[in-house]
Amino acid sequence: METHNSFNEQFEFSGKAKTYSLIAIAIGVLAIALGFITGAVERTFANLLLMGYYFTCVCIAGVFFCALQYAAQAGWSASLLRVPQAFAKVLPYAAVILILIIGAGLYFTHPILTEETHQHITGPYLYKEWAAKAITTPGTDAYDAIIKGKSGYLNIPFFFGRLAFYLIAYSILGLLLVKYSNNEDELGGMFNYKRSFNLACAFLAIFGFTVPLFAFDAIMSLDAHWFSTMFGWYNFAALWVSGLSVITLVLIYLRKLGYFGWITADHLHNMGQLIFGFSIFWTYLWFAQFLLIYYANIPEEAAYFYKRWEPEFQPWFWFNLVMNFVAPFLILMSRDSKRSVGVLKTACIILVLGHWLDYFMMVMPGTVGPQAHWYTEIGWIEAGVFIGFAGLFTFLVLGALSKFKSLVPKNHPFLQESLHHHI
Amino acid sequence: MSSTKYILGLFDDPDEMMHGIDKLQKNSIPIYDVYTPMPIHGIEAKLGIKDSRLGYAAFMFGCLGGTTILSLVYYFLGYDWPMNIGGKIHFALPDYIPVTFEWSVLFASFGMAFTFFYATHLFPGRAPRVMDLRATNDRFVIAIDAKGNTPHEDITNLLKEAGAVEIKHNDRKYVSYE
Repeated sequence: METHNSFNEQFEFSGKAKTYSLIAIAIGVLAIALGFITGAVERTFANLLLMGYYFTCVCIAGVFFCALQYAAQAGWSASLLRVPQAFAKVLPYAAVILILIIGAGLYFTHPILTEETHQHITGPYLYKEWAAKAITTPGTDAYDAIIKGKSGYLNIPFFFGRLAFYLIAYSILGLLLVKYSNNEDELGGMFNYKRSFNLACAFLAIFGFTVPLFAFDAIMSLDAHWFSTMFGWYNFAALWVSGLSVITLVLIYLRKLGYFGWITADHLHNMGQLIFGFSIFWTYLWFAQFLLIYYANIPEEAAYFYKRWEPEFQPWFWFNLVMNFVAPFLILMSRDSKRSVGVLKTACIILVLGHWLDYFMMVMPGTVGPQAHWYTEIGWIEAGVFIGFAGLFTFLVLGALSKFKSLVPKNHPFLQESLHHHI
Repeated sequence: MSSTKYILGLFDDPDEMMHGIDKLQKNSIPIYDVYTPMPIHGIEAKLGIKDSRLGYAAFMFGCLGGTTILSLVYYFLGYDWPMNIGGKIHFALPDYIPVTFEWSVLFASFGMAFTFFYATHLFPGRAPRVMDLRATNDRFVIAIDAKGNTPHEDITNLLKEAGAVEIKHNDRKYVSYE
């Protein structure tokens, strides 16, 4: 066992990771440009929203991870906190990108068919169900009484105000947690830890109340006629599982490069336990939302699943459960598999792709609708935009990580507990 | 030939007991088992105790519970007495997932508890088998099988050197029998 860790080592972002992430970004830009040129504008916008939201959610999961560890006064995670902190540092970029995508999607318009009244009107590329012009003006073609009833909440200025509030609040609190941790490295003592604890509690309170609303606004309002109170927590579960999987993947990758030598199978075991447990939690929420609607079978509620049971979407609908429930349940159940880097990595990759599919099932049926066949549902636009955002995420996160003066919070009061973590 | 069956080294400090284990292992004296009043970190790895297989039992019992209730529900509501509930097909699977979950958990937890009792001979009403009564109170006990481990004086001396407060040469394995 290594007894001397060099805590002053900095991460150097270069070589293959940099080249490949830049190539991935180029592929993404190309896919987006081709998507717009070839006329699949709405599909490209839907993909941009999907990945912009996914990207933001993973970064938010980084802030949430840090806050949770501080609020719980957890010791085991102290030596790996730099990774979620790097996510927190990227969150402002992700937030700006998401706001830009949503702004562009609302600004550019195209001819659409209204959902309730089947009129041909002009509507925006994103949120067409509630954001089309004159949709709340009685007497027009676009008028929709249900949307009119919701317009006190679902109107563009308030919508943007809310999104800006959530994202600015999460970004600032995340950056402050990073700043306190950096101060702690310089100064030592308990002052910064106590401040981080208080801030983490404040963040968790704000996050707990606003993250369901964030999901309602960004994703659920795509199907504006439908609503589900489970949706917010269901999205939170997806955010948390995918965030944990990405944190684990980054840790495994950095360990392979020779950094984070102090991260042992015990730390990975803990990450695996969290991923396993919260995958079950995700399934619970997914199923609770599904079962109540299935059992009651009220048309206005069942419409959501009706769209997702169109033959083009149904295979993906069930495959979603396979990837996000069956796979982690069976792969990560035993202790040995959580402690094996290869198995854990496989499970994390399945879950990262699985939660992409999960978000895909939330976004696509209500925006673009079915394609020609079930197998053309996921094409080069989806793959290209995913690769582009994955590259952007890798580039920004590893760049943020290389700016830390040390890969471990040197003066964290629980650092020794984390270095000697053993389960 | 002495009638000693087990040699017990009683320690009053867990660290000294851990050093005692080291010392015995260095001298290639096999340790039968160690009894402590509280869990001690890292002792399983030191003694080379295999991971518990209780989890596999739990999984199998969970599968059994899920299969049992799904079969029962299929027999009741799909075959023996089909009922029209909300216009659904008779065996509407999503409706029976919660009960399947509950029975899986129930069987897994009861099955795990009974497996544990079976493996450790801890049935209710049965006097527990204890090699030294103070192992549940304030003594950390290393037990060594006396058969084949000779001479016994050497073992006694080793335990003494390691800081054992008392050494027992027991003719019976357990001090309590049912």
